[in-house]
Amino acid sequence: MIKYLGKRLARSLVTLCIIIVIVFSLLRMMPIEGYFQNFDKLTEAQIQAGIENMGLDKPLYEQLFVFFKNLLKGDFGISRTYRANVPIVTIIKDKIPVSMKFGIMSIGISMLLGLPLGILMARSKHGFFDKLGTGFIVFVEAVPAAVYFLFIQVFGTEWFHLKMLYDAGDKRTWILPVISMAIGNIAYYAMWLRRYMVDESNKDYVKLAKAKGLTPNGIMVHHVFRNAFVPMVQYIPNSILNTMIGSIYIESLYSIPGMGGLLVNVVQKQDNAMVQALVIIFASVGILGLMIGDILMCLIDPRISLMKKGGAR
Amino acid sequence: MASLREKKTKELDEKLRAVNKQKDLFSFAGYDEAAAERTGYSNYSYWRSTFQTFFKNKVAVFLLIIMATILIFTFIQPYLPGQIDPNLVNNDETGMQIRNQKPDSTFWFGTNQIGQDLWSRTWAGTRTSLLIGFLVAVIEAAVGITVGVLWGYVRKLDFILTEVYNVLDNIPTTIVLILFSYIMKPSIHSMVIAMSITGWIGMARFIRNQIVIIRDRDYNLASRCLGTGTARIMIKNLLPYLVSVIMLRMALAIPGAIGSEVFISYIGLGLPVDIPSLGNLINTGRAKMMTASLRYQLVFPTIILSIVTISFYIIGNAFADAADPKNHV
Repeated sequence: MIKYLGKRLARSLVTLCIIIVIVFSLLRMMPIEGYFQNFDKLTEAQIQAGIENMGLDKPLYEQLFVFFKNLLKGDFGISRTYRANVPIVTIIKDKIPVSMKFGIMSIGISMLLGLPLGILMARSKHGFFDKLGTGFIVFVEAVPAAVYFLFIQVFGTEWFHLKMLYDAGDKRTWILPVISMAIGNIAYYAMWLRRYMVDESNKDYVKLAKAKGLTPNGIMVHHVFRNAFVPMVQYIPNSILNTMIGSIYIESLYSIPGMGGLLVNVVQKQDNAMVQALVIIFASVGILGLMIGDILMCLIDPRISLMKKGGAR
Repeated sequence: MASLREKKTKELDEKLRAVNKQKDLFSFAGYDEAAAERTGYSNYSYWRSTFQTFFKNKVAVFLLIIMATILIFTFIQPYLPGQIDPNLVNNDETGMQIRNQKPDSTFWFGTNQIGQDLWSRTWAGTRTSLLIGFLVAVIEAAVGITVGVLWGYVRKLDFILTEVYNVLDNIPTTIVLILFSYIMKPSIHSMVIAMSITGWIGMARFIRNQIVIIRDRDYNLASRCLGTGTARIMIKNLLPYLVSVIMLRMALAIPGAIGSEVFISYIGLGLPVDIPSLGNLINTGRAKMMTASLRYQLVFPTIILSIVTISFYIIGNAFADAADPKNHV
């Protein structure tokens, strides 16, 4: 167990380091405009001075070393074109709570709707609800999210007379973003829960329960659902951690001042330092989420030995 | 000696000719169900059975027809008479740009804010998006299958590739997509590269797992004992078993790539406007959607996009179900 934890942790750390090195090296290839507030107006000498000041003229490995040293102190560098000369940590600090607020709300809704939908679909296998749910899942899976997000925004605001953009004070403007964010997850939870439940309900212990004369509802809730939910546990830490990142689409559509919207903004402003910091943060959140999910699975279900993952025979 | 042999062949030929004259001595047996039942003969063919099952799925067949029509149409559309160049800015008699013209008899899907014909732009965009989708799917399949088969079959590579996979798999795909599109100049090439960089990993992993399962089955063991080469075993024994999975992955890679293209355009790293794609059409349409009368600029590309992606998704799944060896008796 401890051996596994150590191995899993080491793997995540290695991945993270590799990502940081790759991201850092790749972004050095970007044009230097991304490091200056108003590049066009600067003279040659000023640009040169700026580059020296930021240490961009040093060899790559030296820059990388400095960057790692700063990272350990929790310093991601300084924004240049997005908000001139403001430390990135300061900018991000205000954004994360906003993203998390929306994320948590949408997870709540998607669990509340997605899990019952999955159960309902598994109960009425090949029946009406199953077909309806499958249609919904196919739609959400196949159509790019951008498309239905746009239509929810347009027609939602029109039919319910809501404001188009986010307003921190007006709680009604939160409804549409939260619903849009939840839709994808509802389909996701429903799809997997249905699949696991159908798999489970073909097993022998279910037959035994039936033979003992338990009601179908009792079997579903006490036996099938419990076992089917175990594999789903893996996704939960990831989805909770991902709320920190927020939804790139939704936040820029409704101008919510969160992390996802921030990424779009800094990409458009070509702020190299910010892109670098955000990409690294997003990647580490993803890695951390997967790691916690794996560890959680290992703790919950003793039958699964993740030591074998990957190298399984 | 030579003459003796010639003589013998001649004799044989004559004998054969004589035999052949008696027509009823040999004749084709033909397929008789009752006889087949007795001997265990079956005229079963994997592909025939696959297509039979597939064509029973009415929805999938319907979508396949629609999909084929759209596919063919996107390619012949520029050669039809009376088509307007997608990048041509249309002016009226006074030299003014025909801006935001609603759909009419000349501009079937209307014009955009600088007077370009949306009908031809939509089809040109579908062409670009489909091209990106196909390229990504083909690269994903080629790299994924090669790596996956080697990974699964060659035991020495297993450890290294598994460790590499464990690292690569942890990297969120969206991040890779954003990063590479940010670094490279936006073009069809850079977009395909950015999408293929991570796409093959899932395919390789799946192929590898399947190969590990079927690698040591009896028929492969027998093949190996008979001295079949590794390459032949891979191509003749292993890959046919995986056709359904490969087809499904490829079919799903296309809508996935089209969706990623929309996403990349959305965050401002998409193709330049002079290469119309569904992504940048939707992105420009998005700017106009606040005005109800201009919403057609968003609606047409999204309808085409949804039809294409849903069709690929459903056709892919239906075909994979039909081709899955587990569903064949």
